[in-house]
Amino acid sequence: MKLIYFAWVRERIGKTEEEVSLPEQVATVNDLMAWLSGRGEEYAHAFENAKVIRAAIDRRHVKSDTAIKGAREIAFFPPMTGG
Amino acid sequence: MPNTVRLQREDFDPAAESAALTHGRTDIGAVVSFTGICRGAESGAPIAALTLEHYPGMAEAEIARHVDDANARWPLLGVTVIHRYGRIVPGENIVLVLTASSHREAAFAAADFLMDFLKTRAPFWKQVEAAGTTSWVEAKDADDAAAGRWRKDRQAAE
Repeated sequence: MKLIYFAWVRERIGKTEEEVSLPEQVATVNDLMAWLSGRGEEYAHAFENAKVIRAAIDRRHVKSDTAIKGAREIAFFPPMTGG
Repeated sequence: MPNTVRLQREDFDPAAESAALTHGRTDIGAVVSFTGICRGAESGAPIAALTLEHYPGMAEAEIARHVDDANARWPLLGVTVIHRYGRIVPGENIVLVLTASSHREAAFAAADFLMDFLKTRAPFWKQVEAAGTTSWVEAKDADDAAAGRWRKDRQAAE
């Protein structure tokens, strides 16, 4: 599965994107954020306030309780500030 | 009806885009044009530039979904949305929304709707360059509240 990060989430993790293989118990976006947080200080820092982090699965906004099964690309980013 | 969504690094000309939208048309009675421009100061402190990061692939699709939504809500005769990314200095354009309709009400409402959703749902992030450092712009509650108006409208209509 491909993970992509934007803005300060990207800066804190120090990567633009990566491929990961997830354990089966990682079922939702929330699970994935918790799993990532355990991968190192930089991830823990990025997801320390997981409530504010937004996610997209295959380029569509999703809520954090959404199941990730079948997803090809999951993106994490801060609230958007375009326009 | 022509719907145009463009993401680009380079500047745009709102007047030329408006002329292109209405060229050869006699059914359009109203065009509303909104241009978002980079300010030279934030909360009284001068800024050097904004840098806009975006999610390629999703940004265009997300804007297109909201353009479709606007077309479903109002009798529009054309929509143009242009959003820049990259480094933008004060005085330069950031975003353009053009909405065309037979009458002004639909054009005004649709432009307002599209801007509210660009602010809160289009995957763009602004970074401010000021006094030699950079910082990410924080999302504003007021923008979420503005976008929320349209959800209430929709619930009331359903």
